[in-house]
Amino acid sequence: MTAEDAKIEARFAGALGGFVLDVAFETPMRGITALFGPSGCGKTTILRCMAGLRHLPGRLAVNNQVWQDDGRGVFLKPYRRAVGYVFQEASLFAHLTVHKNLLFGAQRVQGHVRGQASDGGVKFGDAVDMLGLETLLNRTPGALSGGERQRVAVGRALLSQPELLLMDEPLAALDHETKEEILPYLETLHEHLSIPIVYVSHDIAEVARLADRMVVLSNGKVAMEGDVTSVLERLDLTDSADRFEAGVVLAARVVRHDEKFQLTHFDHHGQSFVTPLVKVAAGDEVRLRVRARDVSLATQMPIGISVRNILKGIVAEIREESGTAYAEILVDIGGAKIRSRVTRAAVADLGLSIDAPVYALVKSVTFERRPRLR
Amino acid sequence: MSDFTELWPPIRLTLELATVTTIVLLLVGTPIAWWLARSKARWKEAVAAVVALPLVLPPTVLGFYLLIALGPEGPGGWIAGLFGGRSLAFTFEGLVIGSVIYSLPFVVQPIRNAFESFGERPLEVAATLRASPWDAFWSVAVPLARPGFITGAVLGFAHTVGEFGVVLMIGGNIPGETKVLSVAIYDYVETLRWTEANILAGGMLVFAFVVILSTMVLQKRTERSES
Repeated sequence: MTAEDAKIEARFAGALGGFVLDVAFETPMRGITALFGPSGCGKTTILRCMAGLRHLPGRLAVNNQVWQDDGRGVFLKPYRRAVGYVFQEASLFAHLTVHKNLLFGAQRVQGHVRGQASDGGVKFGDAVDMLGLETLLNRTPGALSGGERQRVAVGRALLSQPELLLMDEPLAALDHETKEEILPYLETLHEHLSIPIVYVSHDIAEVARLADRMVVLSNGKVAMEGDVTSVLERLDLTDSADRFEAGVVLAARVVRHDEKFQLTHFDHHGQSFVTPLVKVAAGDEVRLRVRARDVSLATQMPIGISVRNILKGIVAEIREESGTAYAEILVDIGGAKIRSRVTRAAVADLGLSIDAPVYALVKSVTFERRPRLR
Repeated sequence: MSDFTELWPPIRLTLELATVTTIVLLLVGTPIAWWLARSKARWKEAVAAVVALPLVLPPTVLGFYLLIALGPEGPGGWIAGLFGGRSLAFTFEGLVIGSVIYSLPFVVQPIRNAFESFGERPLEVAATLRASPWDAFWSVAVPLARPGFITGAVLGFAHTVGEFGVVLMIGGNIPGETKVLSVAIYDYVETLRWTEANILAGGMLVFAFVVILSTMVLQKRTERSES
């Protein structure tokens, strides 16, 4: 069994009140896996089952250790599982300082000596550095902002040396600015830690930014699963608010920076992208997010237009949204596919059909800081 | 001018009784409060009602049943028999048992409220941080419920100091053994010794005021620190 084969296997089935959950998924022991879906689809329940806070019949194996197998009567209590859990509200212990909150789990891990972690465990100093907690250590939770509290909660979970980190919408209770303040810390974790993370979210932008893999849930069932890139190409977002956010992520390499116009040029399988200047070294790979609503289509190369990103491709799929004015077109631009949201009338006017050559006009590209797409 | 040294034994006895009773109350009341706060059993409110009974029962009624229970024919007499006694009625131990039952609601209620106030979450967090239920109880639940414990202890202590009816029924008036403050005051009034009655009654008044004031200040302070 090599490290590459190590995985998390989860299967839970049971009824909760009137709601029936029946899910099974597998995910590797590395990277971030997002459990994505609208509220009430069972995401949080799955996470609680994985932590052992809730017991639904099923099976859970993490890195070949069985945490739950009702067929054989195995069910480890939460405190016997090497799991870290970050709740939506930070839930710090109000009677302890930040320092003591951080050490709560660490002190209870058997054989773990503080500041001297074995085989790549998370050291106290490293967690404090990674999450920027140095100045908070002697404060009490009551004296922290929402974002600071959540960072402490993440640190506390990490220092209990988990084999698996579970995060239940850790950013949902925070305002936009605080989210932006925390996301870089989460990205840092992702780069520096080998611990797999299962991350519950209903925010597609967050998932697109952080996750490597995603499991899409709908009414207590797995609707789709796979790499974020491929799932986002296919994902049908039914909620109208989310449909607005539908789009894809692309891996792109930084080609050069243009200081004069303050632009960065990227390459994606021979197609070039331009974004406002970003601080990433030339040659590095980053993740770009392109929303379907930001992509227009043309059948000829447009001239005299302000849009900088014009990509040549062919129509791979046309999905009309019945009952609405819109259709989604999947355009194959070589390396990947991008989604475009146009009106059904436009589809008819342009005479779009499968395999027809088109130009995709990308009005806006969101640059995701993280330099890797695994 | 009368000699006031005879005022001292009832004061000392009362403080001893209240201290022992408070300790026993915390030991007995905490698990009851925990169970009432956490259990999902349907009949738990019936248990809560039994615990709360002394709030509404006339102390003499409670005292009457206790007298039977503690007497030679009751379970109290049986226990006393194990230690070579005949009855627990009219003994210090009997007074402790009576006081514990009489003051139980004053201790259980605040502690139960405190346990309920922080919900399941801190305990779930503790569990995901490798704390066993026993560990989490001591390292998380008890410290978080501290205001409830303080209120419960203060009220239990004060209520025991102030009890009269139950003591009179099960303890009588044995100097140094069961003659507590409230009974002593009653005695002095009966024998028209107003000076002594005045000193003890005035002392109780000040004591009661200080207790209530400090409990209220304490509560205000914890409310502020939580917000």
